[in-house]
Amino acid sequence: MKSLEELRAIREKMQGQVGLRSEDDTGTRVVVGMATCGIASGARPVLTTLSDAVLEKGLDNVTVTQTGCIGLCQYEPIVEVMEPGKEKVTYVKMTPEKALVVVDQHLIRGQIVKEYTISEVLGS
Amino acid sequence: MMTELSLNVLDITNNSIAASASLVIIHITISTPMDLLTIQIKDNGNGMTNEQLEAVVDPFFTTRTTRKVGLGVPFFKFQSESTGGTFHISSTVGEGTTVDASFVLSHIDRMPLGDITSTIHSLITCNLTVDFDYIYTYNDRSFELDTRTFRTILKDIPLNTKEVSTYIKEYLSENKIAVDGGAIL
Repeated sequence: MKSLEELRAIREKMQGQVGLRSEDDTGTRVVVGMATCGIASGARPVLTTLSDAVLEKGLDNVTVTQTGCIGLCQYEPIVEVMEPGKEKVTYVKMTPEKALVVVDQHLIRGQIVKEYTISEVLGS
Repeated sequence: MMTELSLNVLDITNNSIAASASLVIIHITISTPMDLLTIQIKDNGNGMTNEQLEAVVDPFFTTRTTRKVGLGVPFFKFQSESTGGTFHISSTVGEGTTVDASFVLSHIDRMPLGDITSTIHSLITCNLTVDFDYIYTYNDRSFELDTRTFRTILKDIPLNTKEVSTYIKEYLSENKIAVDGGAIL
């Protein structure tokens, strides 16, 4: 059994470390649709992949959160990337593999992965 | 239809969060002598009126405005009843809602529990303003993850910090194995 002692040790270790996570408006928000439609189409592994990758790559200015249904159920799993001062980017029919590409190209390098966006998918 | 019961848990718990719950208690209990898996999700959210409570199992009832169907509760009910289990919701306005679903463990139509660790982990790390008390019981063994206890230990360190998030994931998966020996998939 994993005990709470380890958690206490983490607390001890991290005590005094400042600027752990900025929750202000300057950060990027990545939002995954997690209503029934999203979950049934595979949103949970997409969310897990995104949060793991963001932690893994140390992207401190990015927060991954969940939201409800935005009314585009047939395009779920949907991931929205909101950067301050920029237009919202909506990625549709996402998978864990595509999520990693978005982390790499969009969140790290700042380049929108056009072929996964709703306008591209709708247009094709 | 959900392919894992853990996805239903995620879905139904999101209803609690949408109903402004500050605490959600999730019990997953397995009894092999009784051949039963039970899931209880209890929140202290807004609750429902009797009319809403009657309508909630109707797929064409939803409180949302973005679409006209609400399949979360009907899915969960169908999945429990198709194994010979029972499904019940009780609710009081201003006090909260409790969803109880039971499943006949060995029934061929029982969906696997699936990745319950991911469900609980993402609920905790994506909803920092909500407390979760998760209790997993397998026959006479059990473990608990109560975010209120975690917060008391962590003080100002958020639950979604890398080290804590990793710890939560390991705590959930290692303790589940310790409790059920990997018997429940």
